[in-house]
Amino acid sequence: MELDLAFIWAGLIAFAVLAYVVLDGFDLGVGILFPFFPEAHDRDVMTNSVAPVWDGNETWLVLGGGGLMAVFPLVYATVLPALYMPIILMLLGLVFRGVAFEFRWRTNRWRTVWDWGFTIGSMIAAFMQGIALGALVQGIRIENRAYAGDWWDWLTPFSLLTGLAVVVGYALLGACWLNLKTTGELQAHARRIAMATGVGTLGLIGVVSLWTPFINTLYFERWFAFPQAFFSALVPAMLAVCAFGLWHGLTRDKHLQPFLAALGLFILSFVGLGVSFYPYIVPGSLTIAEAAAPESSMAFLLVGAVVLIPVILAYTGYAYWVFRGKIDPEEGYH
Amino acid sequence: MFMGFSAELLARFQFAFTVSFHIIFPAFSIGLASYLAMLEGLWLWKKDPIYLRLFNFWKVPFAVTFGMGVVSGIVMSYQFGTNWAVFSDRAGPVIGPLMGYEVLTAFFLEAGFLGIMLFGLNRVGPRLHFVATLMVAIGTLISATWILSANSWMHTPQGFSIAENGQFVPEDWWAIIFNPSFPYRLTHMVLAAYLTTAFMVGATGAYHLLRDRTNRQARIMFSMAMWMAVIVTPLQIVAGDLHGLNTLEYQPAKVAAMEGHYKTHEGGAPLILFGIPDDENQEIRNTIEIPRLGSLILTHSLDGEVLGLDAFPEDERPPAAIIFWTFRIMVAIGFAMLGVGLWSLWRRWRGKLFEDRLLHRAVLLMGPSGFLAVLAGWFTTEIGRQPFTVYGYMRTSESLSPVDAPAVGTSLIAFIIVYFIVFGAGTFYLFRLMRRPPDADDHELDKGPTRTAGITPGPHQDTPLESGHGA
Repeated sequence: MELDLAFIWAGLIAFAVLAYVVLDGFDLGVGILFPFFPEAHDRDVMTNSVAPVWDGNETWLVLGGGGLMAVFPLVYATVLPALYMPIILMLLGLVFRGVAFEFRWRTNRWRTVWDWGFTIGSMIAAFMQGIALGALVQGIRIENRAYAGDWWDWLTPFSLLTGLAVVVGYALLGACWLNLKTTGELQAHARRIAMATGVGTLGLIGVVSLWTPFINTLYFERWFAFPQAFFSALVPAMLAVCAFGLWHGLTRDKHLQPFLAALGLFILSFVGLGVSFYPYIVPGSLTIAEAAAPESSMAFLLVGAVVLIPVILAYTGYAYWVFRGKIDPEEGYH
Repeated sequence: MFMGFSAELLARFQFAFTVSFHIIFPAFSIGLASYLAMLEGLWLWKKDPIYLRLFNFWKVPFAVTFGMGVVSGIVMSYQFGTNWAVFSDRAGPVIGPLMGYEVLTAFFLEAGFLGIMLFGLNRVGPRLHFVATLMVAIGTLISATWILSANSWMHTPQGFSIAENGQFVPEDWWAIIFNPSFPYRLTHMVLAAYLTTAFMVGATGAYHLLRDRTNRQARIMFSMAMWMAVIVTPLQIVAGDLHGLNTLEYQPAKVAAMEGHYKTHEGGAPLILFGIPDDENQEIRNTIEIPRLGSLILTHSLDGEVLGLDAFPEDERPPAAIIFWTFRIMVAIGFAMLGVGLWSLWRRWRGKLFEDRLLHRAVLLMGPSGFLAVLAGWFTTEIGRQPFTVYGYMRTSESLSPVDAPAVGTSLIAFIIVYFIVFGAGTFYLFRLMRRPPDADDHELDKGPTRTAGITPGPHQDTPLESGHGA
């Protein structure tokens, strides 16, 4: 029974992290793309397109963190010290990004400063999230329920590559979001950027995917040993479908399809990671069962999660519905 | 070591710094959310557009405050793991689910409806918009409930067993959530948030009354805030007293340190009004005290025994030097609030509420007093919990991550620099927003995403801010 609860929770935490990545991914992406849209009016429209939803998107990150502390406290207590510097930098990046939504409207003199804060904060947050991912894939040394590695273990060519991949990937999500929510020249420009970042994202997914199996024999066997290889081949095949969907949507001036295809790329990459990790939660160091909190903790929070997550999805969906459609370029500019 | 400080001290200072900045914003946004809900309710009920204008006036400072609360809060939710890993591993099974429920029941609710509250009036109509405002207000209160339950458990832990690996294992969630100090701490904190907001709103009203005492919006703000001061301050004093008695029962060492009692007094302890506490020699010098009053307040008897710090093992005594003072600051502010509240009541009764410029000046001066009191109160209770993180069960010194002092020190400096820039600017914008004349139908500082929620868009304005707004 205990094993089951831990497994369910691993799934729920994975869901929270995925929800965070795709949702905050597109609004961090909008921030990353600011330098490509120097026009003040374009930037107003861009921030207005995410202003009503960014806070909810970021809440999934808090659920991921709080949830991890509740049901996998050992992971929370070992991974965060291991990733000390990337986590702190990510948090500081998110501070600048988050306040910029309000601050940039409250001053003319410092508008440029907060716009840069928005961009650089978004970039740092995205880059550090990618580095954290790469460092996790490479493994974290744990002894006696504590992190046992060094302070710079997270910094490797592989983690820098995953950092770059996440920045480019978020930029793709952001560009597809703008293609969905804006009109005119802004939209056309976003579509061109989506093309370029789409190529970049696919290339980087490819390099990371080819590199990963050689980091740990665990991953190699998972992806290349028979018969699992048959199933794990499904992921790359579906990636190809999404890549086609993205290209098709962007060249045929579809508005929603490229965004959905880009989301698909992220979801599939995430599933790919899950295939690599299972049954570990910290690869090579901690399995899901080893890291699990006492059953009473998991059961107590699960009752709430089962009831509340569908409710949350419902009203979050409603909030998106209220702000559906294209952004009126004049709205919010009176 | 990092500049002569241990990793533990630096980590403690980092937590104190980030949480002190953080608590300021929720203390304001909890109260403002309820105030905004009330204003919108009055608008829908009385159909007087002035309440909508007040709503729109306060909505913008709320958005700024809320944004700062969100970003400083995310830092908190990860800092347990980066700096206090052993605490997280061991206490996570108890604290974690409470914070998980906070996210699931409160943070999503606030975030989901905040967008509609700020930008959605024209899209969803007044009634649904009011529901959204209510959801945000309720969300802030639910959030306070869970986080204060978690914090209270660290002061008065119960309902758990300890596993072989050192983890606290929850046995009785009801006992954990409703731990002995929780009801008192929650009441005390929510009232504190309301008072903090009341005095900020009151000071804003007073500022505008000083410039134009006929301004109707300023009058409404000021009047509502003074009603809050009159009604809530006495309640808060009672709640604070009950909270203190609860602390005396469960954390007597904390009360001894707050009161400056290093020595146990048999047969009637004095109330030490002032003195110089000296932790090193465990004595208090130069005291001004009232005989037996200490016993009367704490035990409700003139010769009740009041334990001093000497009644506790040396390694279980909290430091008195800071909390002796922070406690007095908090209490003094509380009584100053009561005084201002009674003063306003008297002027109101005389029909001079909007005429008495001295009262307006006093309230303006008291504007930030709530924040000071909140910080002083939190310093008192948290330092008073030392040397433990989970009172009586887990020491602060054994809660730390395996971190090196330079890592904690460097991140601390980064936090200090970033927080002063970001939240310094934010506070500046807040003051500027509250300084806007509330009469004007429109103001250039209103533009931006928040402006779109106005029921009637104002005229197009593109005058540069710095030269445009009134002095």
